[in-house]
Amino acid sequence: MSAVIDDHGHVEHAHHYPPKGISRWLLTTNHKDIGSMYLWFSFTAFLLGGSMAMVIRAELFQPGLQIVQPEFFNQMTTMHGLIMVFGAVMPAFVGLANWMIPLMIGAPDMALPRMNNFSFWLLPAAFTLLVSTLFMDGGGPNFGWTFYAPLSTTYAPESVTFFIFAIHLMGISSIMGAINVIATILNLRAPGMTLMKMPLFVWTWLITAFLLIAVMPVLAGVVTMMLMDIHFGTSFFSAAGGGDPVLFQHVFWFFGHPEVYIMILPAFGAVSSIIPAFARKPLFGYTSMVYATAAIAFLSFIVWSHHMFTVGIPLVGELFFMYATMLIAVPTGVKVFNWVSTMWRGSLTFEAPMLFAVAFVILFTIGGFSGLMLAIAPADFQYHDTYFVVAHFHYVLVPGAIFGIFASAYYWLPKWTGHMYDETLARLHFWMSFIGMNLAFFPMHFVGLAGMPRRIPDYNLQFADFNMVSSIGAFMFGTTQLLFLFIVIKCIRGGEPAPAKPWDGAEGLEWTVPSPAPYHTFQTPPDMSDVHEHRKGTGGELTP
Amino acid sequence: MGMGLCSIFPAAHADWEVNMKPGVTDVSRSIFDLHMTIFWICVVIGVLVFGVMIWSMIIHRRSTGQQPAHFHENTRVEVLWTVIPLLILIGMAIPATRTLIHIYDPSESDLDIQVTGYQWKWHYKYLGEDVEFFSNLSTPRDQVNNLAPKDEHYLLEVDQPLVVPAGAKVRFLITAADVIHSWWVPALGVKKDAIPGFINESWARVEEPGIYRGQCTELCGKDHGFMPVVVEVKSPEDYAVWMEERKAEAAKLAELTSKEWTLEELVARGEQVYQTNCASCHQPDGKGMPPMFPALDGSDIATGPAGDHLDVVIHGRPGTAMAAFGPQLSEVDIAAVITYERNAWSNKLGEMVTPKDVLTYKQAEEATQ
Repeated sequence: MSAVIDDHGHVEHAHHYPPKGISRWLLTTNHKDIGSMYLWFSFTAFLLGGSMAMVIRAELFQPGLQIVQPEFFNQMTTMHGLIMVFGAVMPAFVGLANWMIPLMIGAPDMALPRMNNFSFWLLPAAFTLLVSTLFMDGGGPNFGWTFYAPLSTTYAPESVTFFIFAIHLMGISSIMGAINVIATILNLRAPGMTLMKMPLFVWTWLITAFLLIAVMPVLAGVVTMMLMDIHFGTSFFSAAGGGDPVLFQHVFWFFGHPEVYIMILPAFGAVSSIIPAFARKPLFGYTSMVYATAAIAFLSFIVWSHHMFTVGIPLVGELFFMYATMLIAVPTGVKVFNWVSTMWRGSLTFEAPMLFAVAFVILFTIGGFSGLMLAIAPADFQYHDTYFVVAHFHYVLVPGAIFGIFASAYYWLPKWTGHMYDETLARLHFWMSFIGMNLAFFPMHFVGLAGMPRRIPDYNLQFADFNMVSSIGAFMFGTTQLLFLFIVIKCIRGGEPAPAKPWDGAEGLEWTVPSPAPYHTFQTPPDMSDVHEHRKGTGGELTP
Repeated sequence: MGMGLCSIFPAAHADWEVNMKPGVTDVSRSIFDLHMTIFWICVVIGVLVFGVMIWSMIIHRRSTGQQPAHFHENTRVEVLWTVIPLLILIGMAIPATRTLIHIYDPSESDLDIQVTGYQWKWHYKYLGEDVEFFSNLSTPRDQVNNLAPKDEHYLLEVDQPLVVPAGAKVRFLITAADVIHSWWVPALGVKKDAIPGFINESWARVEEPGIYRGQCTELCGKDHGFMPVVVEVKSPEDYAVWMEERKAEAAKLAELTSKEWTLEELVARGEQVYQTNCASCHQPDGKGMPPMFPALDGSDIATGPAGDHLDVVIHGRPGTAMAAFGPQLSEVDIAAVITYERNAWSNKLGEMVTPKDVLTYKQAEEATQ
């Protein structure tokens, strides 16, 4: 703790004047600066991973090989997945956490500011390394983002070693970020801010951070075992040496399933702030939201083999993982019902954050339905590794995680920049994204059910029509994101000045500081003792 | 039934297909029923939830002068919407469990076939029958490269389909020789991963003769999209005829080994073998795709001592994508492809490696072991 206090004293005399130039960003320990850097990094990765998706969809626009060869196609699907998961979605939520958690709990900064700086700056290093593999002899990773052994070990291109190192760096970054979030939430809450007074975004991030600490070391373990197999003659995953290729999948998915909740829980939290704000009505079932999140997090640890229903696990195992997976529908259903009840008999308006939040609820639920279908093990024998699965996880990740991030960005942009964003353009961004995304991903359900496997660069003519529709939707969704970039830059450079609380129904401590939020906030913590738990009533009450 | 219709109207039926087909086995039909049940459950829940949401979005707008209510919890409702979904799930789990138990019973099979995934083809071995063969994609490269019109079964056609008798319970013993593959025939309701070092079991009993198509469904490298599965179900009589023909062919192949071959004959046969087995990596022009797949044109191996060439082809290169073709190809085909490689492109050695040479090489190795 003394380090924190020293640091605090140090920044005191630079009060409203953050250092100028590049060193401000290289050396910063300010949660807002670091949050902004995470968000910009994430958006850059989103465009990069997105442009790879454009290559994939361009190749799949028609049957036959037109634009790329299978070897490069596989590198594109792999890098698209890795960059979107580790570069776009996860850093975006860490960025939101950095910006918003201290503001939401009345803390002056994150608990471990220097580590915060380091965990961000590891990311550009990791991703430079990862992307550089595309230019190496033999090409970059081409074994899918799930990198199943032995395709990723014995049969991998030589650049796999760089891929492993990049994953290690990302893992270290995530673990440090998670430790920081937990330390901040548990230690730096304003006096009187009990756990059950925290906004749900803080709650969901607290739970996400525990998931990260639990599973990122498992990912580090599995890539280290790969490294040993490739370079040091071990046979963890090589059947010829007495190892077990299925072991890889068990270890990977023990990381991989909680990972999908790492990418969605913070979005749950953000949406749970945004919907009440635009319904002008308190969140329905705050307590059950907290318990449902915890239940989902717990269940996420005992369902991993549902990704492996076809590897030949014994009947009893198959049944266990099927039942456990189906159970996830219960707490997830509770959340959806709570959001709908929050809207019920509210006084709704549909500014951009609300549009994205409502689309989040509807489309994430559709992704949840296909998830429930996939949970039925016998049916999964037909769905597994087809485009039905691709449709499913894009429905939970694009309108889930990504729309959650867009909703958050529009909701808090006035706080970050001090200006209102251009509402007309933002709505255009929403509708273009909404239509493009559905055009791109809904037909994937159909081609998957009709029998098209995933990760193929070419396909039979019977899948041609829907693939063309998908590609058109994907191009529309992709180009629309440049509009988002324009809206954000426009909002930073100017626009109608934002009041401290631009949304009349919004609640929370972040709206008690001016817009834009000063470089240092809550150096004197607010007193939260008089605020009710469970956030009863609307608006204003959280003002100390 | 559906399959019959679809063979009458293949092109018209195929486009804009939005749903799974019921398939042709008991298992695939019960899977289809489960799929439709869970689908309709989701539709009903979706209509209810989205209906309430959309109602709310239309009626409870501020622009209609709506004043917000203040309620924020209701224990009774919250318990209800926890318990009701739980009951629906239990109702769903019962038939799913029943089907799963049925699928997991491969006992009392009439015929056992070992299915082995290779990069990028399937190998079928009829256990106890001394019949085995590889099944390769037969779509011409020109169709893939858009130089020729694509036919109806583009990428879903093979040189030699798996042939099984109608009405018999056929057990598949599924494994792989290199990376993980997955053997999937949607109409049979069978999808099982082919994993090196493991043997997975699955089974199917098809009543109706017909041709059923599927694909590899586990990413297995460069040509993952180009290793289809075709199963031809024949009536028991036709199956018996086919089996006899296969056995006769195997005997004929053994005779070929002792035949006196000319260079031209070997090169001609070798070119066929090369196109099927080697060209996807080393390329039809022998230039390869370095560094992953080295060139053969002008290479040290293809222009050096024949013994080294035999060694690479028969044993492969451990730790690389170069597979051991010794167990995969006959002596005749190994001799032919090596002779072809040593005489194609700029490799004009003018010498040949005969099937007898291959046999001698293999026997010498066995003797030293």
